[in-house]
Order: sequence, then C-alpha cells, then structure tokens
Amino acid sequence: MSLTSETTGGTQVITVHSDRIDAAMAIQFKEDMRNEAQSGNARVILNLTHVEFIDSSGLGAIVAAMKQLGNGRRLDLAGLHPFVEKVFRLTRMDTVFKLFASLDDALSAPTD
Amino acid sequence: MSNCNCLDLSFAATEAEASLGIARLSLCLEEKGLPGHRAGDVKIALAEAINNVVEHAYAGITPARVQVHCRFHQNWLDILISDTGMPLPGFCIPEGIPAALGETIDELPEGGFGWFLIHELTSDIRYERKEGCNRLSLRFDFPDSG
Repeated sequence: MSLTSETTGGTQVITVHSDRIDAAMAIQFKEDMRNEAQSGNARVILNLTHVEFIDSSGLGAIVAAMKQLGNGRRLDLAGLHPFVEKVFRLTRMDTVFKLFASLDDALSAPTD
Repeated sequence: MSNCNCLDLSFAATEAEASLGIARLSLCLEEKGLPGHRAGDVKIALAEAINNVVEHAYAGITPARVQVHCRFHQNWLDILISDTGMPLPGFCIPEGIPAALGETIDELPEGGFGWFLIHELTSDIRYERKEGCNRLSLRFDFPDSG
C-alpha cells in the first residue's frame, strides 16, 4: 500500500495507490494514514479513485483513520467506485462521511 | 459441459493469501459471466465470508486451507466455502445485526459488519459442520438475467 499527499489551500489530499483496501492491508493503511495526516490541516480528503474494492476491514481502517485525526478535523472521501460506495451505503457510513464522486467535486465543494 | 460452469480455487488461510485468492476469484467469476449488476454483491459477500474463516475459524490454530467451489446455474450462483478450522459458535450462522454507529466519532464501530453484509448481499445462506469441516454455502440469485 502506498499513499501520496499534497496540500492545496489548507486542504490535504491523500491519494491511495492500491486497487483494494482489505483485511490484509488494513493495519498498514491505518499506520500510513497516521503518518501522512500529521500536517494538522483541518480538512483531509482521502482520494479513493484507484480503489476498486473494499471490505469491512478496509472500511474499519478508514473509520479508524478519521478517529485518529482528532480535534474536529474532518476526513472526506472522494472518487468512490460503485462497489466501494455500496459498502459505505449498506453500513450507513455514508451518513458519517461526506462522499464525493470525484476529487474535483470534493475540492470545489464549499468549505463550512 | 457442467465443468465449464464451475470454478474451484483453494489457498492458505492467511490474510495475504486470502487477499490474492479473493482478487483472483473475483476476476475469474467475471470472466465466467457473472452479471454486472450482481458482481459487487458477490465480491463483497465472498470476501467477508473468507475473511471470517481466516480471522475466526483458524484463530489461534495453524491455518490450513480455504477451498472455494463456485457453480453457475441458469439464474443463480452457488458458492461453497470449506475449511477445517473451528466451527461457527453454536454451529449456527450469526444473525448479522449491524454494529450501531453510536453518537460520536469516537464511538463509531471499526468492525462488526461482516455477517451483516453477507446477509444483505446473498439470497440464501446455509452452514453445516461435517467430518471436521465447515461448509458455508452462499447463493446469489440473478432475477433479471437469462
């Protein structure tokens, strides 16, 4: 699993370079997210454009990543493939995260 | 003729091998003609069922193999997952009540969705413990195809 990160206008975008986030990589993902998100930006967008599959362990790892941001910082998700979006919808996690169809949508959304 | 409707794969019940196995099964099922509108359901339920075997059936004991047998019928797909690990608690299929989301971010669950997803996405689930083996059958109906 590899993550890359860039910051534009106070928003940090973390891109996942893997076609899946599953049980085998959930712990590593959590650790990598902890390292990447140390910058302290109030808003972090997780770019999932390359992720075609996620299981409940991967979902749990994304939830854990949001928790470890702490202090009112926000984790939004962008570029969800239909299968990935379905896992969020079925588990009702779509009510917890803001989901955006693309990274452009997430970046152009008004910040509140 | 019947052979072309079947797909068999087995792999060691470790997280790394299961990850590769699930990805390979997903690809092969699509090549065999898994209908697009059910592909996501099958892949997610299959992954959750196999992860359960790795995480629970072989918890604390030496992992053996997971065997997966898929059979396409006219309007449905049967998937049989077998392992020689520990039986399901009480020899029963867990109910699959989803974990509650809680009131705050800190209370959000990081797990407890596996069986809920399997129940949501399958048309039928059967389980039997036979001669030291777990045999979990998942059925997926394709009501709009054929």
